[in-house]
Amino acid sequence: MKHVKNQMRMSFVSRSSNEGFSRAAVAAFVLPLDPTVAEISDLKTSVSEAVTNAIVHAYPDTVGTVYIEARITDDDRVIIKIRDKGIGIPDIAKAMEPLYTTSSDERAGLGFAVMQSFCDKVRVRSAEGKGTTVTLEKQLHSAYADQR
Amino acid sequence: MVDITYANGTMRARLYGEIDHHIAPKIRGEIDSRCESYRPAKLILDFGAVTFMDSSGIGLIMGRYRCVTLLGGRMEVVNIPDSLKKIVILSGIESLGVMK
Repeated sequence: MKHVKNQMRMSFVSRSSNEGFSRAAVAAFVLPLDPTVAEISDLKTSVSEAVTNAIVHAYPDTVGTVYIEARITDDDRVIIKIRDKGIGIPDIAKAMEPLYTTSSDERAGLGFAVMQSFCDKVRVRSAEGKGTTVTLEKQLHSAYADQR
Repeated sequence: MVDITYANGTMRARLYGEIDHHIAPKIRGEIDSRCESYRPAKLILDFGAVTFMDSSGIGLIMGRYRCVTLLGGRMEVVNIPDSLKKIVILSGIESLGVMK
């Protein structure tokens, strides 16, 4: 296990207006690594998908709290956990199928497909009635990595 | 968010800024209400000034395609920035034949 060289935690209420704030905060956290524009875009999009899932699906009829914890390892691997204490996912495999959605609100059903395509690893742990944790991992290949 | 113009049967919706689950329903409401009054033969969704988009933007495109087609019109999606091409390709919406 690589050493963690930086870490942050944040939490916010599950209002959709916080989607932009949360992905911008994660982007700002990794910015000192000099990520490429594509890497930042991949992370922002993935975080946006996971946070939207928490807001829409974990807390469907209530406002709860969404927690984000991000770490950067010595070898510039970014690990982001998006956690909620919502209703949980009864069938994770089903939820991760592309185009599967339980929402009628014009959702494309692509959230997990985007996370899986834009990150190196996606892990989902969920317990009904207790909540869900989505862990995203992405190796950054910063242009100036050798000089730090 | 979105600026909409209409001339000679063509309605152009210029989207700008970030498109996510928070903002997409507002854009959808704006486009759909104008579509219903104009009944355009062609709807152009111009993504040239969009700086960020997650899968909510894909839902927005698919939904407008359904809407316009039901009203008897057709749709084009233009000026997708390079930064959004990855999610567009992943979504498979190119198969709708609307990407220009």
